[in-house]
Amino acid sequence: MNFDFSDDQKQLRDQARKFLAEKCSPKAVRVVLDGKAPYDKELWKGLAEMGFLGVAIPEDFGGAGAGHLELCVIAEEMGRANAPVPFSSTVYLAAEALLIAGSDAQKKKWLPAIAAGEAIGTLALFEGKGNPSPKNVKLTAANGVLNGVKKPVADGAVADFAVVAARTGSSGRDSDISLFLVDLKAGGVEVKSLTNLDPTRGQAEFTFKDAKAEPLGAAGDGWSILTQVLDRAAVLCAFEQVGGSDRALEMGRDYALDRIAFGRQIGSFQAVKHMLADMYVSATLARSNSYYGAWALSTNAAELPEAAAAARISATQAFQHCAKNNIQVHGGMGFTWEFDCHMYYRRANAMALGLGSLSYWEDQLIDRMRKKNAA
Amino acid sequence: MNFDDTPQEAEFRATARAWIGANAPKQYEEELRKSSLGRTVLKNANILEVAKAWQKKKADAGWACLHWPKEYGGRGSSPIERVIWQQEEGPFGQLSRMFIIGHGMCGPTMMAFAREEHKRTYLPPLASGEKVWCQLFSEPAGGSDVAGLRTRAEKDGDDWVINGQKIWTSGAHYSDYGILLTRTDPTVPKHKGLTMFFLDMKSPGVEVRPIKQASGASDFNEVYFTNVRIPDHQRLGEVGDGWNVSLTTLMNERSAIGAAVSTGFPELFEYCSSLMLDGGPAIEDRAVRSKLANWAVKASGLKYTSMRAISALSRGERPGPENSIGKLVAGSMIQDVATYALDLQGASGVVSGEDGELAGRFQAMLLRAPGTRVEGGTDEIMRNIIAERVLGLPGDIRVDKDVPFNKIPTKGRG
Repeated sequence: MNFDFSDDQKQLRDQARKFLAEKCSPKAVRVVLDGKAPYDKELWKGLAEMGFLGVAIPEDFGGAGAGHLELCVIAEEMGRANAPVPFSSTVYLAAEALLIAGSDAQKKKWLPAIAAGEAIGTLALFEGKGNPSPKNVKLTAANGVLNGVKKPVADGAVADFAVVAARTGSSGRDSDISLFLVDLKAGGVEVKSLTNLDPTRGQAEFTFKDAKAEPLGAAGDGWSILTQVLDRAAVLCAFEQVGGSDRALEMGRDYALDRIAFGRQIGSFQAVKHMLADMYVSATLARSNSYYGAWALSTNAAELPEAAAAARISATQAFQHCAKNNIQVHGGMGFTWEFDCHMYYRRANAMALGLGSLSYWEDQLIDRMRKKNAA
Repeated sequence: MNFDDTPQEAEFRATARAWIGANAPKQYEEELRKSSLGRTVLKNANILEVAKAWQKKKADAGWACLHWPKEYGGRGSSPIERVIWQQEEGPFGQLSRMFIIGHGMCGPTMMAFAREEHKRTYLPPLASGEKVWCQLFSEPAGGSDVAGLRTRAEKDGDDWVINGQKIWTSGAHYSDYGILLTRTDPTVPKHKGLTMFFLDMKSPGVEVRPIKQASGASDFNEVYFTNVRIPDHQRLGEVGDGWNVSLTTLMNERSAIGAAVSTGFPELFEYCSSLMLDGGPAIEDRAVRSKLANWAVKASGLKYTSMRAISALSRGERPGPENSIGKLVAGSMIQDVATYALDLQGASGVVSGEDGELAGRFQAMLLRAPGTRVEGGTDEIMRNIIAERVLGLPGDIRVDKDVPFNKIPTKGRG
């Protein structure tokens, strides 16, 4: 048994960490946080040059042809660095949807552009409040055009294309939903930026008015494809959350070692030590659940749906827990704009919602465990 | 990343599985499988006798204490083979519980510090379960603060004379031998005046009194020592070096990798899958599902944390500190799980024992659970260990560190 990443994969992780430490300092993140740029274009270019954007894209489509395990270790580092780039939307959602359901022509058009950093993609699924469900998809598709509203759409304001979930039937079944690819530069889509919890990753509202769209995958397969995409993204996001958890824990630990109060390091007080120990516990459970998700993802195992939900829940909880207690360890300074703690707090809470909320995934996990037990 | 055995591991697993299949006491399998925290019972047999018989059978065939050297009754196996054995032994591993202290703590301490002739005499019958050992560390005045113990050992000729009291000694009532931590010099700071021995529990002056636990059962004891004589050759380590010797013991306690920790989750999931509430099956209730999901990811997180540690072993590395979270997470979790299982039963959750739901399974779990958060290091001590040894935070400021033991205050008030 080797339930761990290989030496090559660990080396890739180190390489990504080093690269991001250089190119994605907290100072660089703040440029986007303060609204001076929609995302870090230099970093995006650098990620393409390093081969990170296309690491899991086959060589035939311009990628590095490595695999999902390699993508997992990079995701962890993206989360650790709080990278202000549309990585998850483009790589976990749009690219994975294309890999699962795209025609050869669609893959040829978009995947090499993603790998080269020339195309940003996203998934337009949500229509206001509510979790992923066929019932919540109202946007219509007819005669090759889409009409309706999607919001929030992650990284929507900077995206070049979107995978869009649309209603193509009214039977009340999952098969009412189909997926479409929309070139956002081709007109017919009005894009409006929305203020959001985490300004380092934008959110937008899309209004489709007879927007031209081509089908992605077979008609009526939309929900089944989406479920697979969300499961894959759940694992990959979990690695970002694990990276973020570790960083928040480190920040809290370092501050507890440096800060003196009552004549001693605050890290010598049990109230503080125990808080940090509990953060370590959450982060460790999340990492282990995420490793299992990575194994299931990389082998396309039948266990993936259950493993993805468990990784999603565990990593969401850990990142929220570590980010909030990192502020607590920092005391008043942790609540200033100047300190970086709030960047992780924002990211943790935004990520907790992006693929559907915690309660949604809890529900999914139990459903999937029951299905497995019944089988 | 894979869960596959190496060819050698696969071969070992196949051999172990075949032997267990042919030799395990299968008549008890179902009862052992259904046992949970606070309730390991065999209806028609004495579990101690069944456990001893199974251990002896394993020892005769070379399957006892796998990681010990052969000359001391072990098999000389690698750490990963020990883990594979545990996986294959499955529910029959429950029968090893009475030997955990002896095999996990006393044996390794003897191996590190006893004279060669003692090792050859005492270790093989310990491995085979013919002799059971206990560990006599904790005292009324020294629980988490083990080094605050007061049991005295005074030199008298070639012997040491022991007077004092130990508490929370698991299995002392059926133990043949014990390792004993004593104070030999009260005029030096507390960690420096300790010395370790092993002794025959049948020695004159040793009195074992079972403690009736909050759960009603008796797993632990008080042990009183009145002028008990221990020959000096049964001393383990140097005089005054008992603290370091005890650290060896405690390290072994915490390094039991792959030993499954009980979380209560499988039991609760199974229960909720069949339980009907007013509105329908419990598992279809939103609130129930949320609770289950939260515990599910803790249970799976522990499982895969253990897998990571086993992988490190399999590669021949020392596992990292991740495994130290097991007891901390599982202890409070099983308590919460039991509380919730009773909540689901409504007013009838109060009925325990054979009259209760599932023969009182979750009631027994609830009553036993507080002990899991205390024994082998309280939750608070475990958090200190993680904070200090894993995260590198400073140790507590110890006001008694440089004070001679006999000058340390003994009362909080008055």
